[in-house]
Amino acid sequence: MKRVEDPRLIKGIGTYVDDMKLAGMLHAAILRSPHAHATIRKIDTSAAKTIAGVVAVLTGADVNDKCGLVPCAAAIPDLKAPAHTVLASDRVYYVGHAVAVVVARDPYIARDAVEAIDVDYDPLPAVVDPEAALKPGSPLTHPDLGTNVAFSQTVAGGGDIEAAFRNADRVIKHRLYHQRLTPMPIEPRGVVASYHNGEQALTLWTSTQIPHLLRTLLPGMLGVPEPKLRIVAPEVGGGFGAKLNVYAEEALVGHLAMRLGVPVKWIESRRENAASTIHGRDQIGEYEVAVKNDGTILGLKSRTVADLGAYNQLLTPAIPTLTGLVLTGCYKIPAVKIDLTAVYTNKMSTDAYRGAGRPEATYLIERLMDVVANELKIDRIAIRRKHFPSPSEFPFATSCGLVYDSGDYDGALAKAKQLANWDTLVADRDAARGAGRLAGIGVSTYVEICAMGPSKAMPAGGWEWGCVRMEISGKVSVITGVTPHGQGQETTFAQIVADRLGVPIEDVVVMKGDTAVAHYGRDTYGSRGTAVGGTAIVMCIDKIIKKGKVLAAHLLETLDDHVVFEHGTFKAPGVSTRAIPWGELAAEAYIAKNLPAGVEPGLEASSFFEPENFTFPFGTHICAVDIDRDTGAVKITKYVAVDDCGNQINPLLIEGQVQGGIAQSIGQALMERTVYDENGQLLTGEFMDYALPRAADIPEYVFGHTVTPTPVNPLGVKGVGEAGTIGATPAIANAVLDALQPLGVVNLDLPLTPEKVWRAVHSRVPATV
Amino acid sequence: MAIPVRLRVNNSATQHDVEPRVLLVHYLRESCGLTGTHVGCETGICGACTVLVDGKAVKSCTMFAVQADGSDVTTIEGLAANGTMHPVQEGFWECHGLQCGYCTPGMIMASVHLLARNGKPSRDEIADGLRGNLCRCTGYSHIIDAVNHAARKGVARA
Repeated sequence: MKRVEDPRLIKGIGTYVDDMKLAGMLHAAILRSPHAHATIRKIDTSAAKTIAGVVAVLTGADVNDKCGLVPCAAAIPDLKAPAHTVLASDRVYYVGHAVAVVVARDPYIARDAVEAIDVDYDPLPAVVDPEAALKPGSPLTHPDLGTNVAFSQTVAGGGDIEAAFRNADRVIKHRLYHQRLTPMPIEPRGVVASYHNGEQALTLWTSTQIPHLLRTLLPGMLGVPEPKLRIVAPEVGGGFGAKLNVYAEEALVGHLAMRLGVPVKWIESRRENAASTIHGRDQIGEYEVAVKNDGTILGLKSRTVADLGAYNQLLTPAIPTLTGLVLTGCYKIPAVKIDLTAVYTNKMSTDAYRGAGRPEATYLIERLMDVVANELKIDRIAIRRKHFPSPSEFPFATSCGLVYDSGDYDGALAKAKQLANWDTLVADRDAARGAGRLAGIGVSTYVEICAMGPSKAMPAGGWEWGCVRMEISGKVSVITGVTPHGQGQETTFAQIVADRLGVPIEDVVVMKGDTAVAHYGRDTYGSRGTAVGGTAIVMCIDKIIKKGKVLAAHLLETLDDHVVFEHGTFKAPGVSTRAIPWGELAAEAYIAKNLPAGVEPGLEASSFFEPENFTFPFGTHICAVDIDRDTGAVKITKYVAVDDCGNQINPLLIEGQVQGGIAQSIGQALMERTVYDENGQLLTGEFMDYALPRAADIPEYVFGHTVTPTPVNPLGVKGVGEAGTIGATPAIANAVLDALQPLGVVNLDLPLTPEKVWRAVHSRVPATV
Repeated sequence: MAIPVRLRVNNSATQHDVEPRVLLVHYLRESCGLTGTHVGCETGICGACTVLVDGKAVKSCTMFAVQADGSDVTTIEGLAANGTMHPVQEGFWECHGLQCGYCTPGMIMASVHLLARNGKPSRDEIADGLRGNLCRCTGYSHIIDAVNHAARKGVARA
C-alpha cells in the first residue's frame, strides 16, 4: 500500500531541520582545518568580530570546558583513546577538524566571518597509510598517545585452528582492501537549538537517526539533565549510519543557544559533510583459507588492519569487530582466528555506514569462495552448497559465536538461479567469451545480522519501546521509539495496528522522532525498526485487546473468558448478539462511569521488547557483466536479487530498501572511494569528485524473495534495511573478476572503475599491431 | 547593496530587495518562505534544488536571485493545482518513488520538465533525463516507475 508519509514530502511541505525558523534565530558557521595534522599557534578572530551582523566568534578556548568530550559508546578492552574535544584545542588532527565557530545574523555573513578568521598553523607530518602507521619510526597521529594503535584483538572460535591448518591439503592466501566510503545522504547534517532560560530546558532539532541516544549522551556533555533535554528528529533526509552518531557540532550548537540566549541554527555544506561526517569501511585484510583438495574448508584466518581515523566517534572501534561476527558467512567453517589491529590516522573517523562491518565480512568470504573454487578448479556454486547448513540444522551455531535463527540458503540460491535462467546465463557468457568478449557472472550467497539486538550484546540497550493508545474518539495513537528516516514505519506500523485491532488505517497515526512524545527508544539503525520496534507495538496491541475483553465482558455482563475479539469488535457468542466496537470501549474507559472493579481508566498500553537474539536475513544475488575492452567500463547485463527477510508486511517498501542498498553496492563496487592524498588532503570533498550512482547506472533488476520467518519475534520479521548493501557488492565484484579471470587476473580491489579495469585488461593482453 | 527583484513564483507576484550574491534557492527558501526546494550540495550536481524557471528545469543553486528578475518560477509547492496533485506527484506516491523525500522535490520538477519535452519516454530516456538528480535512498528504479506512471496517465501541463 502507498505510504502515509508521502503526501507532505511530494508536496514539499515536510519540515527538515533547515526549514525551521525560530524567532530571533541566529546562524552558525564553522571554520575547519585545511591541514591533516598541525599545531595551532594562534587564532586571530579580531577581523571576524568587526563584520556587521556577527554576534560571536568562539574557539576551543572559549567552549571546550563547557561542552565536555564527544563520547564513544563502544566497550573495547584496553582501548587507547584520545580526548575528543568539541573544537580543536592546541592541535588539529584531520582535514575538516572544527577549529572555530561564528554566530551571525544570517548564514552568508557567518561564512564571510569564517573566512576572516586568521589561524596560524604549524603543519606536522600526517599519518595516512594505516599499515605504514604500524611501522617503527612512523609519525604519530596523536603524539600524546605514544602509539598509532587504538587496540588489538585476537579472537578464535570453533575448533583448533592450527590443527585445521596442519591438516589442510592447501592454504590459499588472499589480500583485500575494503575501501573507505562516504555515506553522502542528500541532506547534510544540521542542528537548531533553543534554550528556555526560565525552565532551563534545552531543545535540539537535529538531522539525526538517534534522538534517544542523544538524549542519553548529551547530558554528560552539556550538563543539561535528561528531563530538561528534548531532542527532535524532524524529517531527516537520509542517514545510512552517517547520522547514527553524537557529533561535536550537536553539543556545540546546544551550547551556543545556552550561551547566547537565542536559538541558533547550523547547517553544514556538502564539503563539510564529506570531510567531517563519518566515513565507512576502510579495512585491509590478509586472509588464509585451509582447504582439502575436494574443496572442504577446514579453517579461516583473518589478519585485519582497520583505519579508524583520528577520533573515536560513537561506535568507531566496534565496527571492525562486527566483521568477525559473520566472517564465516553462510558456511559451516569449523575453525576461525581473527587478528584485528585498529589504527589511528589523520583522517575523519570511520563508523557505522549501512552494513557496519558486515559488508566487509560478506565481501571477503564471498570473494574467498570464488578464489578457492578457482584455485581448486571446483564449481563456485558447488563449493558454496557444500558448506551450507540445511534448514533442519537451525538454530545454527557458527564458529564466530553467533546462533543463526532460521535459514534456507539452498532455497534462496535455487530461486535466484531459476530467476536468472542460470544455464542460459552461463551459456551466454561462454558464447560471449568465445566471441572474444570479457563477460562474467558473479554470485553472492549472504547472511547478515539484523534487528539489533539483544541488550547483552549492545552498548546502550537493544530493546525497543512502543505505546498504543485508543483515544476517546476511537482514533488510535501509536508512539514508537524507533526513528525512521525514509524506511516508512509511519505506514508499516499503521498497517500492523489497523490489521490487528481491526480499525481503519486512516484512523491510525504513528508518532516518532521527538523524545518529548516518544520518551523511550533506541532509535533506527541495524535494520531494527520493524523487527524490534514493530514487536513492541504488537505487545501493546495484545495488552489493549486483553483490556478490551475485560471492559467488553463488563458491558456484556459475562466473564472475561467468554469474550471473543475478531474483525475489530468484541462479542460473547452464546451470551449476547451485541458486537461492541472500539469506540464504545474507549468511551467507557475514559468517561469511566461504569468501570469494572479494580480496573483503571484509560485504554492504552506501553511495552518494552527485549529481543532474545539478532535475526539473520539471507539471500542470493546473481550478477552478469560485460566489460568494454576499450574503456574498461563495466556494464551490468543482468541482476537478480533473492532476499529473505522473513515475513513481509509491505512488499513495496521492502523492494525499495533492497533497491536502495543495491545502488549503494553498485557505488562501492564500481565507482566510490574516499580519497586522502599522501599529505592527508581530502580529494573527494564534493559530488564533483566523489561519484555517486545515478539513474542510468542502475540495471533493471529481477527481484524474488523467499520467506523464512524468524522465531525471534511474533511478526516473524527479520529486517531488510542493509541487505542490499551487504549482498550485492560481492556479486558484482565476483562477476567482474570472473570476466577478467581468462586473462589471469586473480585480484582487483574496489572500486572497479573503468581506469582500473582497463589497466588490468591491458597489462595482460599484448597490444595487437 | 540590495537590488530590487521582481518575480512570479507559483503564479504570485513577489518583490524583494536582495543582495546580488543571494542564490535563487536561498531567495525562494528564505524570502519567499518556500522551503520545499532543498539544498544538497554547492557544486550544482545533486539537483535537489531543481525548480522551473520560465518552464525550464534549472538548478536554483546555480543562479543568483537577481538573474531571475522578471521570470516565472515554479517550485514544488506550486505544482498541485487547486489541491489536486500533479500526475508526476501521483506517480511518485503510487510507485514508492521516495523514501526520505529530500531529493524528491527536485526529482519531481526535473521529471515534469522531462515529460514536457518528451511525453512518452522509454525507461532509458527517463534515466538519462534524470542524470542531473542524485538519490541515495531509492536506487532510482521506483523513480523511473513513477515517471513512467505519470507518462502513461498523460501529462499535458508543466
